[in-house]
Amino acid sequence: MAVKTYIEAIREGMRDEMRRDPRVIVLGEDVGVKGGVFKATDGLHAEFGEKRVIDTPLAESAIVGVAIGAAINGLRPIAEIQFQDFILPAVDQIISEAAKMRYRSNGGFGVPMVVRAPFGGGVHGALYHSQSLEAMFCHIPGLKVVVPSTPQDAKGLLRAAIRDPDPVLYFEHKRCYRLIRGEVPDGEYTVPLGRAEVRREGRDIAVFTYGLMSHFCLEAAESLAADGFECEVVDLRSLRPLDRATIVASARKCGKVLCVQEANLAVSVMSEVAAIVAEDCFEYLDAPVRRLGGPEVPGVPFSPPLEEAYMLNTTKIEAALRDLAAY
Amino acid sequence: MGVDAELLLTMYRHMVRARVLDERMWVLNRQGRAPFVISCQGHEAAQVGMAMALRPGHDWIAPYYRDLALTLVLGMTPRDHLLALLARAADPNSGGRQMPAHYGYRPLNIISGGSPVATQVLHAAGAVLASRVRGEDAVAYTSLGEGSTSEGDFHEGLNFAAVHQLPLITVIENNGFAISVPWSKQGHTKDAADRALGYGMPGVIVDGLDPVACYQVMTEAVARGRRGDGPTLIEAKVARLTPHSSDDDDRVYKSREAVAEEKAKDCVLRFRRTLEERAVLNPGDAEEVRAECMREVDRAQEDAESAPLPSPESLHLHVYGDE
Repeated sequence: MAVKTYIEAIREGMRDEMRRDPRVIVLGEDVGVKGGVFKATDGLHAEFGEKRVIDTPLAESAIVGVAIGAAINGLRPIAEIQFQDFILPAVDQIISEAAKMRYRSNGGFGVPMVVRAPFGGGVHGALYHSQSLEAMFCHIPGLKVVVPSTPQDAKGLLRAAIRDPDPVLYFEHKRCYRLIRGEVPDGEYTVPLGRAEVRREGRDIAVFTYGLMSHFCLEAAESLAADGFECEVVDLRSLRPLDRATIVASARKCGKVLCVQEANLAVSVMSEVAAIVAEDCFEYLDAPVRRLGGPEVPGVPFSPPLEEAYMLNTTKIEAALRDLAAY
Repeated sequence: MGVDAELLLTMYRHMVRARVLDERMWVLNRQGRAPFVISCQGHEAAQVGMAMALRPGHDWIAPYYRDLALTLVLGMTPRDHLLALLARAADPNSGGRQMPAHYGYRPLNIISGGSPVATQVLHAAGAVLASRVRGEDAVAYTSLGEGSTSEGDFHEGLNFAAVHQLPLITVIENNGFAISVPWSKQGHTKDAADRALGYGMPGVIVDGLDPVACYQVMTEAVARGRRGDGPTLIEAKVARLTPHSSDDDDRVYKSREAVAEEKAKDCVLRFRRTLEERAVLNPGDAEEVRAECMREVDRAQEDAESAPLPSPESLHLHVYGDE
């Protein structure tokens, strides 16, 4: 085990899979010589050459569409979208093409492709470098969506995503890149898609969350523990498919549920989690399901007081937990 | 002509086979047995000529909805297409999941296409990028209507292929109309092939009613691609002898004179006359070719009509590959 940053784990995940499997390629804007605007692909061009680490034209639909074609013809492409905010020109390729390819060809063609994109706010990125757009992809059958929150999961989920037979959207919280450090196991390991992780065990409130918010929720849970309230913090990790069994088990055990996400709440991941709890845990609940998320405004503003007002933090989460604990 | 009599005869047979099948599909539609038909009539010469220059199962193909004749030359059968038309479980394109004319067939490297247009250009570029990563000499072929050249994915695909010098051959089958909208409202250049200039690739215009010319142009583009000399854009000037689809009525946007003029230049009839003049076809041959195709299509129709529909339980299959 060695301590690594979140972005180092992502880079190593790509590097190790490229060493293991000559079918793995990386393509995107600035991923080559520069090594990516966040340095996620740093060193890959030097090690694997321009045939496997491809600087593309500045055209997101092409990045994903070309990756789809390459996946169909036997490669395992990793398409990098520089910011999740810029994935929208590629949505037709992701939803109309990649998600439907296996189904529409009756199993004839699969698209084993990973689309990596940094998301999330708190980095002064304003409206177009801060969004959390994962919910739109979670709605689509045929896609898988993962969001790691720790370096260990970042590497393990990425390796699993690359080996998966279907298109996986792998969203990285950009604030985690250098903020979050953690132990990463040596050697080859994967973290299976579709399984949540209980980060902290508790009996009083089940907290469902993912991404950067996982860390804030853990901090808030520690504050409550000082007063004798034990929160169970569940990091969903995989947003499609959701780990229904883990969600139901934690909700039933605790009887109170707080869902926390950075994205705004309307028709979101936590809408689905709350629905699962309502469907499967009704008789076990001691309080209404509560949700905490971003405000219903079109984006994260640039000016610091506005950005701070937008973003959740440990204090806001702690307040919601105390409120629920008192119910 | 530069091609021998046997090749000419093969071309003719392919063109008639596609036409006979296409006409049968319309009959089934008008009889109420097939809900939707989209036609290749008027495009046969271009598609047959182009397809005969490719290596089926080696090269990568991302066609569009009019490419019935192309897919037949590559190795799909009238039975395959009638199974799709009638939404049967054994439809090799999609198992009856997609509308007819959404081609896709793994054994022949025909990449499954959806309904949004021009998206397939990028798939063709990606597929041949993969071939090149492995050091193979495959080329990719993609085709689309002239209206689809207005789409962003057309631009992104051609630009990507040019920058990376991929052996991607893009064929615009220009029949003058995108449903009802004429070329003058799609682009401000005289020809669609002019778009090639902006990508730094050759843009070739060919008479799409002449299968031999199309074969020659494609043979050259394929050779260029296999040599490593990059992509080619080809515009085949074709005719659309039917409305856009069985749900379209072209009388509101296309004059009857224009329709009559196109029918007078019908590529199948024209090629027949050429071959008769050159004594490649002897008296009675053309009738025999047609009768042979009719027999094949009759058998295919019988097969397709007796084939089972998909079971409702199969609705949930093939969403993910690890299930």
